[in-house]
Amino acid sequence: MEKRLIAEFSEIVTTKGVLYSPEELAVYSYDGTFEEHRPDLVILPQSTEQVQKVVKIAARERIPVVTRGMASGLTAASVPFNGGIALSMTRMNKILEIDTNNAIAHVEAGVITADLQAAVEKQNLFYPPDPSSIRHSTIGGNIACNAGGPRCLKYGVTGDYVLGLTAVLADGQVIKTGGKVIKDVVGYDLTALLTGSEGTLAIITEALLRLIAKPKYQRTALVEFRDLNDAAQTVNQILAAGIVPATLELIDQTAISCIEAAMHLGLPLDMEAVLLIECDGSDLETVQREIDQIEVICQSCGADKVSIAKDENERTQLWKARRSVSPALARMSPNKLGEDITVPREAIPEAIRRLKKLSSEMDLPIVIFGHAGDGNLHPNILFDKRDPQQWARVEQTVAAEFQIALDLGGTLSGEHGVGILKRPYIQNALGKVSIDLQKGIKKTFDPLNILNPGKIFPDD
Amino acid sequence: MTELNLLKIPSENEYLNCIRCGLCLAVCPTYREYLDETASPRGRVALARKGLEGELELSSNLIEQMYACFACMACNDACPVGIHPADLAIEMRFVQEQIKPAAWKEKLFGGLIGRPAKMELATLPLRIYEAIGLRKLVYALAIRRLFSSQLRDMEAMLPHQPTRPLRQVLPLETKAVGETRYRVGFFLGCAQSLMFSEESAATVRVLARNGCTIITPKETVCCGMPAAGYGRQDLVEKHAKQNIALFEKVDVDTIITDCATCGSKLKEYGEILAHVPDWAERSAAFSTKVQDISQFLMSIPLEKPTGRIDARVTYHDPCHLKRAQGIWKEPRNLLKMIAGLEFIEMPESDWCCGSAGSQLITHYETSTRVMDRKVENIRSTRAEIVSSGCPGCQMQIASGIRRNNLAIEVVHPVQLLDRAYHNLEGDEWKKD
Ligand SMILES: Cc1cc2nc3c(=O)[nH]c(=O)nc-3n(C[C@H](O)[C@H](O)[C@H](O)COP(=O)(O)OP(=O)(O)OC[C@H]3O[C@@H](n4cnc5c(N)ncnc54)[C@H](O)[C@@H]3O)c2cc1C
Ligand code: SF4
Ligand code: SF4
Repeated sequence: MEKRLIAEFSEIVTTKGVLYSPEELAVYSYDGTFEEHRPDLVILPQSTEQVQKVVKIAARERIPVVTRGMASGLTAASVPFNGGIALSMTRMNKILEIDTNNAIAHVEAGVITADLQAAVEKQNLFYPPDPSSIRHSTIGGNIACNAGGPRCLKYGVTGDYVLGLTAVLADGQVIKTGGKVIKDVVGYDLTALLTGSEGTLAIITEALLRLIAKPKYQRTALVEFRDLNDAAQTVNQILAAGIVPATLELIDQTAISCIEAAMHLGLPLDMEAVLLIECDGSDLETVQREIDQIEVICQSCGADKVSIAKDENERTQLWKARRSVSPALARMSPNKLGEDITVPREAIPEAIRRLKKLSSEMDLPIVIFGHAGDGNLHPNILFDKRDPQQWARVEQTVAAEFQIALDLGGTLSGEHGVGILKRPYIQNALGKVSIDLQKGIKKTFDPLNILNPGKIFPDD
Repeated sequence: MTELNLLKIPSENEYLNCIRCGLCLAVCPTYREYLDETASPRGRVALARKGLEGELELSSNLIEQMYACFACMACNDACPVGIHPADLAIEMRFVQEQIKPAAWKEKLFGGLIGRPAKMELATLPLRIYEAIGLRKLVYALAIRRLFSSQLRDMEAMLPHQPTRPLRQVLPLETKAVGETRYRVGFFLGCAQSLMFSEESAATVRVLARNGCTIITPKETVCCGMPAAGYGRQDLVEKHAKQNIALFEKVDVDTIITDCATCGSKLKEYGEILAHVPDWAERSAAFSTKVQDISQFLMSIPLEKPTGRIDARVTYHDPCHLKRAQGIWKEPRNLLKMIAGLEFIEMPESDWCCGSAGSQLITHYETSTRVMDRKVENIRSTRAEIVSSGCPGCQMQIASGIRRNNLAIEVVHPVQLLDRAYHNLEGDEWKKD
């Protein structure tokens, strides 16, 4: 990047906020995938105003601006394939206000989600969205991807908690959407539009988030199944009985053995699947009754064993285990490719059957775990990228996985988004009419195409 | 990058499987201060890989990122894949030393730290500074205010200097009080002998009182941690061999240390020398004997102190004790044995204190930021005493406490036990 521009940017964010050594550019070249491309400059702003000034210069100079949270993304959405500025939001990490009267948090976009959760829980409030990456992703990134997590089954996804946003547009103007109101039907819902937009429409700098009362009690069960199909059936039986647990997670045998290798928790290695089920609420009796009912249903569906976590420590361990599944798979093989297809929940057993069949047809191990309760599965293909033959099969398998989801009335991604990796499949999933309309929206927001260019939509 | 073939370099298994999930960012003290990927474990792994694979030069800036790491090992524990970014950072320092050795390191770690007598001479000015009351004078006249803040924080880090190093005072053999139930070796660390001699004196008293006859070989050399930290893994091997040979001459089943850092290094000798002909078995035999003082004391029928210490106490987990040795229950249980002590767990008790050996000197800004976070956590417990069994942590925390104008005492757990024994004998402990 030219010296005069570096100097200009340094004036806005100080020299400490502008990085350009080869080493610094190298570590801002990746996210949670194996894709990488270096930016020409890294900028770490500390206020909306600074972002605004940076974007104005970028627009003047036609420099791409790729917003980055903690780069835990799984679709290479924050990788700057066209170079330009990597705009790291991590230093905008202030919790501006926790309004206990209205149960609303006002935060900067770079706040680490787990830090926000801890802060509101101190006030006996609760911010439910819980992507497994809560400790290493930002609120801004969660909003930009509309992240979900285990608790979404009962509590909904990130977008369900975003009441308003402050964002910087592609020409440097600031827009405020929504507000501290729960109901708002004045004009188009721009808050919802920016949610999930993966940094392509605007740069989110602040958010107003809805909080709820903290559920006082939790009961967590680990249910073991000899047959994966039984586990999948159980999910529907529980929901059909009118119980909505906070979480209903499925983990298959390979995933269990990976966690066990990493954490030594004494999980069963001879079971085809386990379900991790948690009920919560503010009334102990109700919570207990629900978990008891669930135990009965599980047993009638062929569960081998049901164990309830004895204390907070056991519960924490179970969740820590669940959160480490995805990365722990890397122990099994040099590479893995995880998707997050989503199907209507009654189709879960069928989806699992088809994925298993696909795995044996392609001769590639596919590990399955995920948020079974809301139909969101994470099939992970294990492979070795150094073997070109395997790699070719992997690409075919991914396409087939998506097709399974679509055939069953589902979608490509429940939480991770499109980024660059799912771009080739989006036309098939959404159809031309929808894609054209969305491209039009992108043009209206960003006529110069400088905000995270090349993401989500296939090139014309 | 052909020259790298000649060197001892990290194997690709140590970085290839990093899936860049970012889990390690959450626990890294340097990342949490700067919120910059360059200061993160994931960033360090990426830089090491790109440096070793030739995509980036092994520039001074790249190596600096390895030195900016506190080696606290929190990332090693967090990584679900089994990558050890902390180890990789240390190994990269060694790579650099092999390409471009720094002469001062040879002098310092080979010549000075490797020889206890020379070390004692070199630190003599410090002891004189203390002995002739200059230190008190400096405080009284508030001369410290004239120092730069870094010098001030460094000065505050120094404990009271003993008049003589403990190595010169302790006998080779200290007899058990009463019947000898255990014959133990004592590895007297450099910092303990030179600066924290009161602590190690307490360790020996407590051991003797509990039926140990203690053998303290005087020719021990530095455990090797500082040399390792500065990329001289070769010197670590040299120190290790000297220490192993020395303890082979004394007949003991257990080798005790009251320094978390020494302990973690000594326990590693077996691994460090595993590939060296003739040394694999000897080093393994040595390392299995090594025990931290709290580990040993909690494994024997320890005399319960009946004396009291009426104070609120909290405990800081040294990285070298909790993560390197898996010891965190023992020191807490030890403290809980003492009547009158009200034990309060601090938030983030195993978050690095920012010492990392000499980080306060080499990386002042980061070190003090990490230190202030620790002090805030200590302050929140309203404790009057903070206990920790590592000289590095103690110095760092003491400095942080002064820097924040607090009055909290920093002591080794074994010292509190020693005091409790003495209080029993009516020898009232007075806070200084
Ligand atoms: C181990 C692991 C587990 C995961 N588990 C889950 C899970 O359970 N559920 C889930 O939904 N996801 C999960 N993810 C994916 C990922 O963590 C989420 O997508 C997360 O929301 C990304 O946040 P981030 O701060 O890391 O954003 P980044 O990865 O840095 O960026 C992601 C996208 O958001 C954009 N962006 C970031 N900040 C802003 C901003 N302030 N304004 C505008 N755009 C912005 C970027 O441009 C990019 O397009 C997981 C990832 C990993 C590695
Ligand atoms: S070192 Fe481990 S925890 Fe850190 S990014 Fe790599 S795989 Fe994830
Ligand atoms: S050892 Fe500590 S300071 Fe170094 S990278 Fe790991 S967590 Fe960060």
